[in-house]
Amino acid sequence: MDWIRNLPLIAILLSMVSGPVSSVLSGRAARRVSFFVVVTSGILSILVFWYVLRTGEPFTYKMGAFPAPFGNEIRVGVLEAMTATFFCFIMLLSLIGGYHFTAADIAEDRENLFYILINLLLASLLALIYTNDLFTGYVFIEINTISACGLIMIRGWGRNLLAAVKYMIMSLLGSGLLLIAISILYGITGHLLMEPMHESIVDIVREGTYTEPLTVAVGLFCVGIAIKSALFPFHSWLPDAYGYSTCASSAILSSLVSKGYIFLLIKFFYRVIGTDIIRSIQVDDVLFVFGIAGMLIGSMSAIQQPDVGRMIAFSSVAQIGYIYMGFGINTEAGVIASIFHILAHAAGKSLLFVSLNGLSGGNWENMNYRKLRGAAYRNRIAGVGFAVGSLSMVGIPLLAGFTSKVYFAQAAFALPSRSKMLVMLVALAVSTILNAMYFIGQTINIYTPLQRKDTAFSVKAGKAMWVAVVSFIVINLLLGIGSEPIFSWIQTGLSRF
Amino acid sequence: MFDELIHNYLAVVSMVLFGIGFGNLLLQKNLIKKIIGMNIMDTAVYLFLASMGYISGRLAPIATDGNTDPSRYINPIPSGLVLTGIVVSVSVTALMLALTVRLYRRYHSLDIDAITLMVQQEHRE
Repeated sequence: MDWIRNLPLIAILLSMVSGPVSSVLSGRAARRVSFFVVVTSGILSILVFWYVLRTGEPFTYKMGAFPAPFGNEIRVGVLEAMTATFFCFIMLLSLIGGYHFTAADIAEDRENLFYILINLLLASLLALIYTNDLFTGYVFIEINTISACGLIMIRGWGRNLLAAVKYMIMSLLGSGLLLIAISILYGITGHLLMEPMHESIVDIVREGTYTEPLTVAVGLFCVGIAIKSALFPFHSWLPDAYGYSTCASSAILSSLVSKGYIFLLIKFFYRVIGTDIIRSIQVDDVLFVFGIAGMLIGSMSAIQQPDVGRMIAFSSVAQIGYIYMGFGINTEAGVIASIFHILAHAAGKSLLFVSLNGLSGGNWENMNYRKLRGAAYRNRIAGVGFAVGSLSMVGIPLLAGFTSKVYFAQAAFALPSRSKMLVMLVALAVSTILNAMYFIGQTINIYTPLQRKDTAFSVKAGKAMWVAVVSFIVINLLLGIGSEPIFSWIQTGLSRF
Repeated sequence: MFDELIHNYLAVVSMVLFGIGFGNLLLQKNLIKKIIGMNIMDTAVYLFLASMGYISGRLAPIATDGNTDPSRYINPIPSGLVLTGIVVSVSVTALMLALTVRLYRRYHSLDIDAITLMVQQEHRE
């Protein structure tokens, strides 16, 4: 069964090659190619996942003729394969859910461009998940940024262009910091592969030489990733970018793009630097503080938004805050909770964006809360989807958001520091109340019948919307009810990360 | 302290340049100046990488006369990283310039604050 070891690379290459191929195809053909690639990558990831579960050991795949520490490598364990599979499925469902809106929002002669970007985004996400080389990680971060920027601006309105420019500016600041951090790390360790780098870093810390450059590099790397994944206070680009894109773009951007960067950060903490060293230079405490601030301020900003698209986008800031809070406490339980939250948030947020577009007919002028009153009666499946997504984000039992909050609370109780535990629990409670204020309020709003029916705009629920919303709801329920195996997979994956 | 700065003058220069570029990308209102800032920032990193890989008195790592003795050449990996970085930076610059052109055609301005105001007005109407 060793041929399965080739599959991660094949999945990356397949999605990468399909990009240029799509550029000469018609929109319709490019769409087919893109769906084929996403489905195939998903199937390949499932095979890889099954293989690593069976062998129980992560494997490294040598790229090119040179062995470590000189060449380039892919490293696949349970966690990587699971995340890749999950990402492929979320991407597929987002594409299906946004199918009609994509066709409506994008001119026919440019539709193939959209699918090129999707293919490139998938390639870069898979590469970020699988790579074992820090510089390769940087290159794919840039590819991810470029394709995400394309997805933001593909609708072509002034607002999208401005959002894309703002996104690019912030992202480029982040990539500059990442690049200099990687250069400094290369300068003090002499390696780019993660394991040899880790060995050098352990020596450096033991001998006490170059500790300042190391601290600076780790700090710059974290700030770079934080800017790119919209951790508070670097979230200024996020609301416009997520709130006004076409349906599939919003769903994919909010659920997957920032998560690819965060996955690289987990690798950086566990595989490159080591959690003990992170703790000794106290980067985790900084992330903890900003994570908590993001949870609260993201939610408070969301409450003030009259536009529901922007409200959901601001709630992403809060959810990213949760993830960083888990990294900030820097215990195994905390990071497992964070990784679970990555999955839960991806499932919930893409459901919310797809449902919102269903409710509003994909038109952002209809996304105002007043106009959405009673919208759930016009598009029932989208209404149910929005309600389930909202309840999951708030943390109602049986849904994904609840389970991840339980894991966060358990991680808090296991903390040795009482003050940190208290801060975390209070932040969880306050943030849940804030989440409930806007999500439950909005759900009630869409289920409030209109007095005068003639003011309502009409929307249509297509089959694609049904398939996507029902599948998203099932995923949310699965993550909420059947979280045990996922938890144990994350645990196994992390222990051999 | 001062000796160290003199000794590592290339690293110092590249960090100063990085700061200049970073500041320009962050603070300038004009989009073209922002893009120039980004390029200064990236170039600073390339200077830093190239200076790290350079060993004085050695040749560029291209074996033209069949001599493969590694002690004759400088470290080739930073040069490779710089080349990769340049490719990334060129493509990002192209994308940013394309976006700037589209915004300019629509709003006849390069000032990002002015464009933001116009977009907000457009939305209100």
